[in-house]
Amino acid sequence: MKRRSLFLNSSATLGFIFLYAPIIALIIYSFNASKLVTVWGGWSLKWYVSLFNNDQIIDAALLSVKIAFISATAAVVLGTMAGFALSRLGPFRGKMIFSGWVTAPLVMPEVITGLSLLLLFVAMEGMFGWPSGRGASTIIIAHVTFCMAYVAVIVQARLSSMDESLEEAAMDLGAKPLHLFFLVTLPLISPAIISGWLLAFTLSLDDLVIASFVSGPGNSTLPMVIFSKVRLGVSPEVNALATLMILIVAIGVGLGMWQLRRQEKLLAQPEN
Amino acid sequence: MTSAVTEMQPTTPAQQEIPVWKQEGAEPFLQIQGVTKKFGEFTAVDNVSLDIYKNELFCLLGGSGSGKSTLLRMLAGFENPTSGRILIDGVDMSGVEPWKRPVNMMFQSYALFPHLSVADNVAFGLKREGVARAEIKQRVGEMLEMVQLGHLGRRKPSQLSGGQRQRVALARALVKRPKLLLLDEPLGALDKKLREETQFELMNIQEELGVTFVVVTHDQEEAMTLATRIGVMNHGVIVQTDEPHDVYEYPSSRFVAEFIGSVNLFEGKVIEDKPDSVRIKSKEAGSTLFINHGISCSPDQIVHVAVRPEKIRLSHENPGQSDNCLSGVIEDIAYMGSLSLFRVKLASGKEVRITQPNFDRRIGERFTWDDKVFLHWDEESSVVLTS
Repeated sequence: MKRRSLFLNSSATLGFIFLYAPIIALIIYSFNASKLVTVWGGWSLKWYVSLFNNDQIIDAALLSVKIAFISATAAVVLGTMAGFALSRLGPFRGKMIFSGWVTAPLVMPEVITGLSLLLLFVAMEGMFGWPSGRGASTIIIAHVTFCMAYVAVIVQARLSSMDESLEEAAMDLGAKPLHLFFLVTLPLISPAIISGWLLAFTLSLDDLVIASFVSGPGNSTLPMVIFSKVRLGVSPEVNALATLMILIVAIGVGLGMWQLRRQEKLLAQPEN
Repeated sequence: MTSAVTEMQPTTPAQQEIPVWKQEGAEPFLQIQGVTKKFGEFTAVDNVSLDIYKNELFCLLGGSGSGKSTLLRMLAGFENPTSGRILIDGVDMSGVEPWKRPVNMMFQSYALFPHLSVADNVAFGLKREGVARAEIKQRVGEMLEMVQLGHLGRRKPSQLSGGQRQRVALARALVKRPKLLLLDEPLGALDKKLREETQFELMNIQEELGVTFVVVTHDQEEAMTLATRIGVMNHGVIVQTDEPHDVYEYPSSRFVAEFIGSVNLFEGKVIEDKPDSVRIKSKEAGSTLFINHGISCSPDQIVHVAVRPEKIRLSHENPGQSDNCLSGVIEDIAYMGSLSLFRVKLASGKEVRITQPNFDRRIGERFTWDDKVFLHWDEESSVVLTS
């Protein structure tokens, strides 16, 4: 008994060290007073101050959040529709292919997605004059494309585990299809929609490869700015920025988990 | 067990009047006319025709896959018949969407909306109808009082017990005052004691509100207690429609006899066929069997004689009757509290089940293992089954 718990404890400790040692190092170095990233020069908050005076980084961060917010919202709407159709259309010819198509972007290498979208945008601009140039709107379209696949999969899983008699009961009580969807189905799949949105938001915020393909001049997202800065040598400001992002993500994930757990508890199908 | 159920049949004066389904020219409330439902190659419901009258509590009884649930779902409008028509109160329901039908359903899983409170669950149907807010509040309150849940209106379904959820589901289905209430295995998820209480509650509510109930169940005891009439289904076909007493005492086929309660079947050949009686020679029984009602059969036809276990008497002495008298050896005795069950092996090797009420505490002393006993029954106690 004791040996097993010793083994479990040490594997857990090792695993967590492996996962979090880099992040902890990064957080510590963000408070480094020295200008050189690799040399410890005592504690300081000066890189945080200089970060807030760096307009380039602040603008990129705001742009990234804006893009992530819009693409996550649009991906949730489209993905929910796709997931709903996939689980409720019943068997039809080519259903397998259709669901395969919806989930293909999940396994598609980002380079290919980015390149194909870039080619599409260029061709479309040549044919219809839209989108004129590349910028925030093309990044949003690209992000919606790959994020909605994730949402569709999550929503579909939730719907297929849902008791269909709930929807029948609503119809039986006089709810027309539209009422039925908004009053019963949507509230019941809301945990899936929330987690889908959070996932899409994170994916969009995190994306470097696709954004690099489809963005234009003057529209650099945060990952693009960080990446280009790092190529010129790591600035301690980036450490400060990364620390802030970890803080924000941790708070966001914590809130999301809390909300999801509350919802799940509420919607739990009571056993008889 | 089943004998106890038949004894529980209420014999109120109202039931001794001629029931509406036996009156000539009575207008049926629900008409199912030649309804067939196919799923691909599989025929779930096969040309079913059925008339159900106002204020009936009609039970569709059958095993799983007998088509009873599919028939119920067609009444609710969740499935459309492949052919045939369903008329409710004279109106053809073909192509009428579920949300437009004057029908409500209580689901087997109860299907309570988990995100709404008990009161909002009950109010759901009224809100869709556009009933005024004050009236909704009043009607929901009344309905929850009726099912004794007035104090739990603000709880969520997950905070209720099984029996409470069942009553919420009933209240939700009844609050719209449907002309027809469909109940899918309404008591299936309840434990035995709660089930017995709820059965009587359900009957009281049905009488009080005057709603026509159609209940689907696989539980013959439930059907026997609740129903005004029972429709026994097998392989998508209704094999017999009758009052509970008649379904039990006069089953029309071997399937019904064996499905409802337990029964002893003896194969035999008709040797004497009179308009008001038949005599059958049965090798299995080792005796001639005499039944004092006529049947339509031909001489020498092979038929089955069905005798319920509780109709057979057990004795050590030869009762001295030439018909309906068998002899055998007690193989097994099961003491079941209110009754004892005996398994007697006849000379032909056939086993016969007999139940005897435990009138006194010493039945075990009178009959014991390996006793040689005589089995006999009255000439009106058995039924001849030709199919």
